[in-house]
Amino acid sequence: MPLVQLELEVNGTRQQLRVDPERTLLSVLREELDLTGAKYGCGEGSCGACTVLIDGQTHHACKSTIAEAAGKSITTIEGLERDGALHPVQQAFLDHNALQCGYCTPGMILGAVALLQARPHPTEDEIRDGLNGHLCRCGAYQRIVAAVQTAAGRASS
Amino acid sequence: MTRPNHGDRLPLTDRERTGLNTALLDRRAFLKRLGGGIAVACLATGRHRSAFGQAMDHERRPFAGDKEPEAISAWLHVDGQGRVTVYTGKVELGQNVRTSLGQVVAEELRVPFDSVDLIMGDTAQVPFDNGTFASQTTPIMGLQLRKAAAAAREELEATAAERWQVTPDEVAARDGKVVRQRDGTALTYGELAAGQEFVGVVDDAIELTRTETWVVAGTSVPKRNARDIVTGRHRFASDWKRPGMWHGKVLRPPAYGAKLASVDLSAARGMPNVVAVHDDQFVGVAAPDEATAARALAAIQATWDPPAATCNDRNLHAYLVDNARPSGSDPSRIQQGSIEEGKRASSQTVEASYTAAFIAHAPLEPRGAVAEWAGDNLTIWTGTQRPFGALMELMRVFELPRERIRVLVPDTGSGYGGKHSAELEVETARLARAAGRPVRVGWTREEEFAWGYFRPAGVVETAAGLDSQGRLAFWSFENINSGTAGLDTPYRVPHRAVEFRPSRPPMRQGAYRALASTLNHFARESLMDELARAAHQDPLSFRLAHLDDERLIATLQAAVAKFGWRDWTRQEGRGIGLACGAEKGSCVAACVEIALDGPGGSLRVTRVVQAFQPGSIVNPDQMASQVEGAVAMGIGGALFESMRFEDGVLRNGQFSRYRMPRPRDVPSIEVVLLNRPELLPTGGGEIPIVAIAPALANAIHDATGQRLRSLPLAPAGRL
Repeated sequence: MPLVQLELEVNGTRQQLRVDPERTLLSVLREELDLTGAKYGCGEGSCGACTVLIDGQTHHACKSTIAEAAGKSITTIEGLERDGALHPVQQAFLDHNALQCGYCTPGMILGAVALLQARPHPTEDEIRDGLNGHLCRCGAYQRIVAAVQTAAGRASS
Repeated sequence: MTRPNHGDRLPLTDRERTGLNTALLDRRAFLKRLGGGIAVACLATGRHRSAFGQAMDHERRPFAGDKEPEAISAWLHVDGQGRVTVYTGKVELGQNVRTSLGQVVAEELRVPFDSVDLIMGDTAQVPFDNGTFASQTTPIMGLQLRKAAAAAREELEATAAERWQVTPDEVAARDGKVVRQRDGTALTYGELAAGQEFVGVVDDAIELTRTETWVVAGTSVPKRNARDIVTGRHRFASDWKRPGMWHGKVLRPPAYGAKLASVDLSAARGMPNVVAVHDDQFVGVAAPDEATAARALAAIQATWDPPAATCNDRNLHAYLVDNARPSGSDPSRIQQGSIEEGKRASSQTVEASYTAAFIAHAPLEPRGAVAEWAGDNLTIWTGTQRPFGALMELMRVFELPRERIRVLVPDTGSGYGGKHSAELEVETARLARAAGRPVRVGWTREEEFAWGYFRPAGVVETAAGLDSQGRLAFWSFENINSGTAGLDTPYRVPHRAVEFRPSRPPMRQGAYRALASTLNHFARESLMDELARAAHQDPLSFRLAHLDDERLIATLQAAVAKFGWRDWTRQEGRGIGLACGAEKGSCVAACVEIALDGPGGSLRVTRVVQAFQPGSIVNPDQMASQVEGAVAMGIGGALFESMRFEDGVLRNGQFSRYRMPRPRDVPSIEVVLLNRPELLPTGGGEIPIVAIAPALANAIHDATGQRLRSLPLAPAGRL
């Protein structure tokens, strides 16, 4: 595929790229922009490790092309921290030790951020349903659920 | 007080002269590299001595007639600023030993936790280690590091005492300083270590701090680098980059056991910026970006000789039984009494066959490595449980001495026993050599399923009898193919025979979390329930009537108490089950409740209580995490997971086709940790996985009257 000029906003910064438009968003983020927080887990949208936000909605970067992302606003895990202050979901993950190997964590956190934006006070079942697209092989699910509940509670207090 | 011996006691072998351990003998060089200070080494002992060490000993012979040369297993260093660095070949995979090993060192050395750094798994900096597996890091490396830290503390106290011209019992170490008791005068560790050139070897009999007085160890210190993970800053091996790096891909056979018959690389080589390699069975390409490498790979023409027919996942167990070595021949056989006599004493007999499928580790980070050559020197960054295993394999394949290869392991996205082998590192190094630049090879998820190895499938054939009192009269238990871990029974029985019978697995198999124990404990604890039913006893009383192990009894009682087992009231469509076991110095017991939504309806795990007793606990929250995680993973092997294949061709090597536990499948597990401060710490990475499968099978029977003897129990999430 011949290369094309594309523009998109990533973590608040305008990026101008010259890329094969069929490349996955995941590949462009990781290789061209050195944003390695989004991970390759399965390549088919089954595990959630590649999750990013596009205009605030979760997407599997492994299945989105860079052409589809052009002109949009992308948020990766690297974009959650503001001036050294962690996002409440990130902080809650730390407080609950809601990770083991940490490979699923960036995608899981973004999934939780989007969930809370849509549903600020989810029940435990709603959290599990909302994050069911994410695999955590280390099995930290209950701590992840607790972290999301804490983040929800802090947001409302 | 025992002062560590000085370097003159260290044995001088040729291996150590040429290997990393040389530095320890040349004190000036070693300490110069570390910047002076105090260093203490631990020796590997007896059966923990490395195979590598032994292999190298044969190649470079130690002085004739001497006792076995000793191998260093770990060391730690205190520098002129008082910073403490631990050098260990263990690696961090998510089990959080980077934190807990740091805790035990901080405890013995009497320093704040944050002043201890760990260099892990860098083969150029740490001594040989056989690998991070078998739940050994905490009991063995942890114990060795405690001793080294205690020895370093004693050396610091002795140094201070010397300076103050007092006896050692007039000083005490605390908080990174040594204090003269009578007036509080203090010298920091930095002040004491600066300008020193001390290298010692720890005395194995050194006295350790008592668990009851722990202030750093024994607490739930949070995971050391968690902030880097939640911000995306931490670089896993698959995130590693080197300047000028290309991407490599390897041509895979169509089936396990297929052999390359012919290959034509001309189309691939004809593409610009593509390097293609063919060497015997190895075919691979490298290109500046992944897409080009993928196109180059697709352009390769190859033909393959198919493997001999074996079996598929449906007739797998018959195949394993048919190909098993006969009974009575394996060194694993344990026989007590006479099965024939036991049968004569039995008024009832139960015979049952239990099976388990091949399953995959499926670590969320698939294998990935970056290799870079500088002349004949190779550096490789990789996520592996065995950096020295990779080192040895690279030495063999490239015919290089140890000094020319460096393997580094960034904290890795899990392993569970699935990242022991070194094929990725060899592939990556080959392509980097051919390309003349750094190359990254990252396995796809399909490759991770198909070209690693599986947890062995297995069949356990059992027969057991009850006497007229409802007590076990005999116990016969044979594991076919999967292994000896957890093979024997903790239950009292006068006549027993247990044995492992190897077979001919049709797919590649290897280590998995708890090894064969996932099947052996499943078989045993299911059979115990079947026997209890035949004896008209409840499963709990039946087990307690046959147990002498007070630790296992306590663990089982803790689980049932927390669960409310004795007070559970029957509800439509619900059932409860329990299971217990002991292994590797720890005990586990699980009570579960399941719910079935109508006949043929979905199965939900509604409640899990698991009690775990590991010895003394270095980090309670970390230990609870391991228990929760093992149960979550174990639910997969118990209910859903199995590899589908035919004659070596894998059919479901993708997450969309291989069902794994998700947030909806795993309830919040109620963990009961039984701390035993008078016992040494044991590991918790494996044994917590063994009770969940039998507990679930027993609960299914309780709810439905159906006895399911094959793992996975509910592949589609329903019975």
